Formats: sequence, structure tokens, C-alpha cells
Amino acid sequence: MLTISNLSASYSGIQALRGVSLDVAQGEMVALIGPNGAGKSTLLNCVSGIVAPKAGSIRLESRDITGQKPWLVSRSGLLQVPEGRQVLPEMTVLENLRLGLTALGTRPATYPLARVHELFPVLAARSAQLAGSLSGGEQQMLAIGRALMGAPRLLLLDEPSLGLAPVLVQQVFAALQRLNRDGMTILLVEQNARQALEVTSRAYVLEQGQVMFGGRSADLAQDPNVIALYLGQEQKRETFGAKPVNGEP
Amino acid sequence: MWEAFDVGLPDQAAGRAMIAQQLLNGLVSGGVYALFALGFTLVFGLHGILNLAHGGVLMAGAFIAYYTVQAGLPLALGLVLAIIGGGLLSVLLEFTAFRRLRRSGEVEFGAIISSIGANLVLVTIAQRISHTQVMRFPFGTFPIVIYQFLGVRVSALQLFMAACSLVLVVILTFCLYRTGAGRQIRAVASNERAAVLVGTNPNAVYFQTFFLSGALAGAAGVLVGLAFNSIHFMMGEPYLLRGFVVIILGGLGSVPGAMLGSLLFGMIQTLTIAYLPSGLTDAIIYSILFLILLVRPNGLLGKPAAGVMRGRR
Ligand SMILES: Nc1ncnc2c1ncn2[C@@H]1O[C@H](COP(=O)(O)OP(=O)(O)OP(=O)(O)O)[C@@H](O)[C@H]1O
Ligand SMILES: [Mg+2]
Repeated sequence: MLTISNLSASYSGIQALRGVSLDVAQGEMVALIGPNGAGKSTLLNCVSGIVAPKAGSIRLESRDITGQKPWLVSRSGLLQVPEGRQVLPEMTVLENLRLGLTALGTRPATYPLARVHELFPVLAARSAQLAGSLSGGEQQMLAIGRALMGAPRLLLLDEPSLGLAPVLVQQVFAALQRLNRDGMTILLVEQNARQALEVTSRAYVLEQGQVMFGGRSADLAQDPNVIALYLGQEQKRETFGAKPVNGEP
Repeated sequence: MWEAFDVGLPDQAAGRAMIAQQLLNGLVSGGVYALFALGFTLVFGLHGILNLAHGGVLMAGAFIAYYTVQAGLPLALGLVLAIIGGGLLSVLLEFTAFRRLRRSGEVEFGAIISSIGANLVLVTIAQRISHTQVMRFPFGTFPIVIYQFLGVRVSALQLFMAACSLVLVVILTFCLYRTGAGRQIRAVASNERAAVLVGTNPNAVYFQTFFLSGALAGAAGVLVGLAFNSIHFMMGEPYLLRGFVVIILGGLGSVPGAMLGSLLFGMIQTLTIAYLPSGLTDAIIYSILFLILLVRPNGLLGKPAAGVMRGRR
């Protein structure tokens, strides 16, 4: 469905992507993991048309969308839920959702309001509230709901777990899994590698603008290199946090 | 000054009627200020652009209506053409004076300079066209009819002005807060990138806001031209200054603030003109502005970060 070949991008001389190739097939949920500054957001922004790539190509199905205007990319059903949610704080929850309809253009809705409310009941309960007054988790659900209103064919998510409490991360990921079961194609960018590998079927590891590993998520989660570089530290932090300071040996 | 007050007041009832009359006059002229100031504050609140050529658009609106009537066509057509022409002129300003600056990311200060230049161009063209003359609508362009009720006199022109202001302001508010296009406009103002990611074309939004803004100024120009029956190339300048006062009074970038500021400004102005020595009018108005800003530094309805976004839910 989405095919990225040899994509390179740079910001005033600093190269952020160096020949990245990856693909996402129809109905798949794919993770893109990697440390801070690896170029994950840059990749999504190239796909969305916000950053112009220096070289390479991006295809949506058979159509070349490299360098297309961002609003046209969105209107063709390639919808990004940006890093940091970016809901419009001075609008109500309902208005934010309705804003998502813009991306429909002339395409029919696949996730009308009722279906979004069913997926995220909290958005129905908070309908008339200003988006700025929602909690971080609720804002993330709103951002996803807003994208769904635009009938995405492919949903790009940039670190939806950022700054969320573990229980909320579970909730958001569960919703993404449900979307995927219902047929949504998803590219999930995450720093939270362990959980991203749990919910996806395939994954890529990006580091310093290059794809270092790619394969089935379950395999990557077992790969000693990946564990050492991306999962080990997290594990250490977890065990450290779980251990009482003056506990049993 | 109290002498003048006493002389004009045979009894209390007449005094009350007099005040009511002045308040009414003030409301009508406030409505016209609102048409002008709303477009001014809209472009500032949404895009951070202080369009100092907005007075030039008002003047152009009056010119368009004047020449339409001169050509033997009805005033109503002149008003419609002024609204459309004002809108298009404003869009042209966006293209020529602001678009490139916006892309450079240095729009706030640059726009002030480039719009002063654009205003000079408009004023100079108008001066050429009108041969530096003050022009007047032919007698009877607008029928002179006075209605009287409860001791207050209202002219048909005043009713027309009030109706025009009300209708246009309602249309603007509706567009901005109750339509998908308005939602997109507010989204671009609040977070352009997020708006683009949901499929909004920001260039179309700039087109719409500048058109709305200019259309309102064009309408204001016609009403001002009719009210004072005086149309000349410099007529936009005092409105620009008053527009500033009004939007600072109401709160920069706030649509309801500009409404409130305009009506207050219109009433304070007519009351001071009616009851106080004429030389004091401006001193009083600016003192009141000064006092209000002492108490509310962001204006009556302003909040620390100006923005049209907060108008309504
Ligand atoms: N607007 C920009 N201007 C200049 N450099 C940028 C810009 N955006 C990103 N970069 C640089 O490009 C590189 C990749 O950044 P990017 O935001 O894509 O990383 P990321 O993987 O999304 O990181 P994070 O996990 O922190 O979100 C970084 O070195 C970053 O400093
Ligand atoms: Mg990022």
C-alpha cells in the first residue's frame, strides 16, 4: 500500500534520512522504532508532504505522491496523527472531530462520528468540553478520532504513547489493535519499542536516518542486537523501578 | 460646559430623550466602526498581520459605490460591488504585500511596512482618479426619511446602516463559528500544521479571511460615504486610527471584543461631541482608552495571547 524507496531528507545541510526504504501492505500494522533524533518524525512528515525529500520516492498504491502538497496527501486518505497530538485547544472536542472531516474531500466516510464515539466513548462524554482541558490520554484519543473522521486508508501515528501513563498507553494501543482488526492499515512510530513490538506484526528499526533492522516484530523482540540496543535499557529501568530500595536481596 | 447642558434641557424628559438620541446615534456609528474593525482584527487575530492598508480598502469601497451611482446604476448595486470589490482588493493585498513575507516567517513587522506602502499606492491612485476632489453622492441617492418614536428621531439611512452592520456581522460570525470553512480558518490560525494534516489548504484560508475582511471594509466605506456624504481619497485614514483604538479597547484579535469596542467607541464619541466642548473629544476618548488599559491591559475581552479562536465555543 505504502512503498518508500531510498528516501533521503535533510534540514539545512543536516541529513535526517539516508536512503530509507520500507513498505506497509494493505491491512498491516507496522512499527517504526528508534531512538530520539533517528528521523522517525521526519519520515512521516516526508510521507505527509510537510518535509520535502531530497531524493527517493513515496508511493501510495501505484501512485507516486513524492513532494505532493500536504493537504492533498491528507485528502487522498493518508492521515498522520502528529507527535504531541496537536489538538486545537480552543475548540471543543466535537469541533476538533468535525475538523477531521476536511480530509474526506469527496471520499465517503468510513468512521463517522458514532463509530469514533464507540471506539473512544470518552470523546462522546466530553463532546462539548474544550480540547485543551482534556487529559493527555484523552487528547491522544481525540487526535486519533480526528484522523479517523477523515476516512484514512493508511493511518500514520507519531509516538502516540508519548507522555502517557502506562495504563493509558495500554488503552491507546488496544484501540489501535482493534482498528487494525477492523481492517485499518497502520504505521506506528514509537520510542516505546517493547510495547510497539507487542502490538504490531512487522517492524523497522531506524537509527541515524537509516533502517538498521527490519522483520517480524516477534523476531525483532528476540533479536539479541535489538534487545541490547533498544529493549535492554528499558528492561533495566523497569526492574530498577520495580525493586524496592531496601527490599529483599 | 454645564451651561450648555442646561440650555439644551428644558426638562428632564427631554433630557432623557436627548441622551437616548445620542446613544442611538452612537450605536449606529459604532456599527460602522464594527464593520471596519472586525476585518482589521480578524486578519490580525488569525494571521498576526497588521494590515495598515485596511483604510485604503474602505476608501476604495466608497469610490466603487460612488462611481456605480455616477454611472446611473442603483445604490444597492454599488453596495454589492463595493463589498465584492473590497474583498478582491484585500485578497490582492494578501498576494502582493503579505504572501512572500509570510513565507519568509518575518510577517509581523514586515507586514506593517509593506501595508503602509500598499496603502500609499491605493491613496495615490484614488487621488489621481478623483483629481483630489471631495465627491458627493447625487442628491436623493438615499431617500431622506425621518421616523420618530418615543421622542427619538431615526433616519432611514441610520436604520439602513444599522441593518447592514448587523446583517454583515451576523454573517461573519456565522461563517467563522458555524461552518466547516470557519472551522478551518480558526484551525489554521491556531495551528497551521495540524490544520494542513487534516486536509486544509492554508492558501484557500488566507484567501477567505482576506476576502471577508475586505468585504466588510468595502461595505463600511459605502456607509461612511453615505452618512457624511463626503467621499475623498483620504477618508480611510481616520478610520484606521479609530480601528486601532477599537480593537485595542476590545482586545487584539478578539471578534466579540472588536464588536464591543466599536459600539462603546461610537457611543462615547457621540456623547462627548454632544455634551462636551468639541476640542475635548479626542482627549476624552483617549483618556478612557488609557484608563481601560490600566485596568485591563489586554483590552475588555482580550487575553494575554491574542486570538480569534476564543470567541465562542
Ligand atoms: N525542523 C528541523 N530543523 C532542523 N533540524 C531538524 C528539524 N526537525 C528535525 N531535525 C533534526 O533531524 C533529525 C531527525 O529528527 P526527527 O524529529 O525526525 O527524529 P525522531 O526520530 O522523530 O526523534 P524523536 O523520537 O525525538 O521524536 C534530528 O537530528 C533533528 O535534530
Ligand atoms: Mg519524532
